[in-house]
Amino acid sequence: MQLIPCPWCGPREETEFHYGGQAHVAYPQDPAALSDEDWAKFVFFRANPSGPLPERWTHSAGCRRWFNAVRDTRTHDLLAVYRLDEPRPVIP
Amino acid sequence: MNPTAPGADLPEHPDFLWDNPEPKRSYDVVVVGGGGHGLATAYYLAKVHGITNVAVLEKGWLAGGNMARNTTIIRSNYLWDESSGIYEHSLKLWEGLEEDLGYPILFSQRGVLNLAHSLQDVRDSVRRVEANKLNGIDAEWVDAAGVREICPIVNTLPDVRYPVLGATYQPRAGIAKHDYVAWGFARAAAALGVDLIQDCEVTGIESTAGRVTAVNTTRGRIGAGKVALCAAGHSSVVAKMAGFDLPLVSHPLQALVSELLEPVHPTVVMSNAVHVYVSQAHKGELVMGAGIDSYAGYGQRGAFHIIEDQMAAALELFPVFARAHLLRTWAGIVDVTPDASPIVGLTPVENLYVNCGWGTGGFKATPGVGDCFAHTVAKGKPHPYAEPFTLDRFTTGALVDEHGAAAVAH
Repeated sequence: MQLIPCPWCGPREETEFHYGGQAHVAYPQDPAALSDEDWAKFVFFRANPSGPLPERWTHSAGCRRWFNAVRDTRTHDLLAVYRLDEPRPVIP
Repeated sequence: MNPTAPGADLPEHPDFLWDNPEPKRSYDVVVVGGGGHGLATAYYLAKVHGITNVAVLEKGWLAGGNMARNTTIIRSNYLWDESSGIYEHSLKLWEGLEEDLGYPILFSQRGVLNLAHSLQDVRDSVRRVEANKLNGIDAEWVDAAGVREICPIVNTLPDVRYPVLGATYQPRAGIAKHDYVAWGFARAAAALGVDLIQDCEVTGIESTAGRVTAVNTTRGRIGAGKVALCAAGHSSVVAKMAGFDLPLVSHPLQALVSELLEPVHPTVVMSNAVHVYVSQAHKGELVMGAGIDSYAGYGQRGAFHIIEDQMAAALELFPVFARAHLLRTWAGIVDVTPDASPIVGLTPVENLYVNCGWGTGGFKATPGVGDCFAHTVAKGKPHPYAEPFTLDRFTTGALVDEHGAAAVAH
């Protein structure tokens, strides 16, 4: 179990949160123009890096708000936590 | 009967298991990943197809990844015809594997109970039993009294939060000794001429005009006529080296064992609803697992609250375990697909084949997928049992949705 720093509530235990998968997956701008391959990419394919991954979390047992985090999938370390309206921070 | 020490009935190992050769400059087939699936694939390539100029490349030590970390359950009671095909093919191979490999694997067909805790569970379970029967797979529905008869230590009292209403029962299911399975395949493959190369991490995959030509490794460049990926949790990472993506998310999957206990648990019990599965190893440890940790990860460790939930579920089902001590916990990295079914077959790169996405259930498929994947690699086209599990089903929409029979929340 680790502490996750909610942007609004501060550090809380992991059990208060739920995971929402990869962040910044935008709905297609022109859905009617998508091929079957494009739809497959949008619906089924997600980034699965061994390293930093931008992802969504919700503080479901706290403020119940969503936020983004960049987490290293090898160590589980949270490298950055930021609001949904903020761009992905550059990780050195 | 005289008491015997735990493990006294385990066989001695032979002196020779396999060589530790230097990699050659090139091979007809390079198998990436020296776990159960990679070793089985190499064995069947050599044995069935006569392709012996084969290397299995393993970044760590043979069978030291998920193969060393799994909970060894073998069964074939899946819902859909496609899954029944490949898992039952595998179970049949398990039944003759010890003789085939000339090596003990301690395959114990002690049966599996998949518990039902709600009316909807009961309906789904009965449906699955009937589907299994139509596919010629042994399965029956047993009520709570039947569960008690098969496994008396299961708590079937009605006053628990999720009472046991019954279970599906597959008598031919069971467990095998995972290390021995790997060593048996490794030894037999090595005897047929396959090079098993440990401490050799693949760092790049070369192709020319869309056709694979070589792999780059921490022990140099190795030319390859064909490449067969069996990298389990790291399949996304390896596929990216070859320039294509896979619809996978890798997660930690935790398991644990208790101290050694007298034989108390005669079968395998799994519960999807309260989320634990338990068997008793040959030596006497209770072996338990549950669902994956929710987040993506490659760290081979998960969160402690997952273990807490799993222990709470185990204690509700098995009050007799209340005083057992936890000996150790660990995690493997499982590659999960959107439909909880594997991906086996061709890729966008010619002569490069992929076997991945087994999620939480790859061990039971080891001989079956080894046979089918070897066929796919040797012939350049999918084995009939592997055909439904193509990569392009995510484009065509012909998914094989096995979330209900995968028995673990993905």
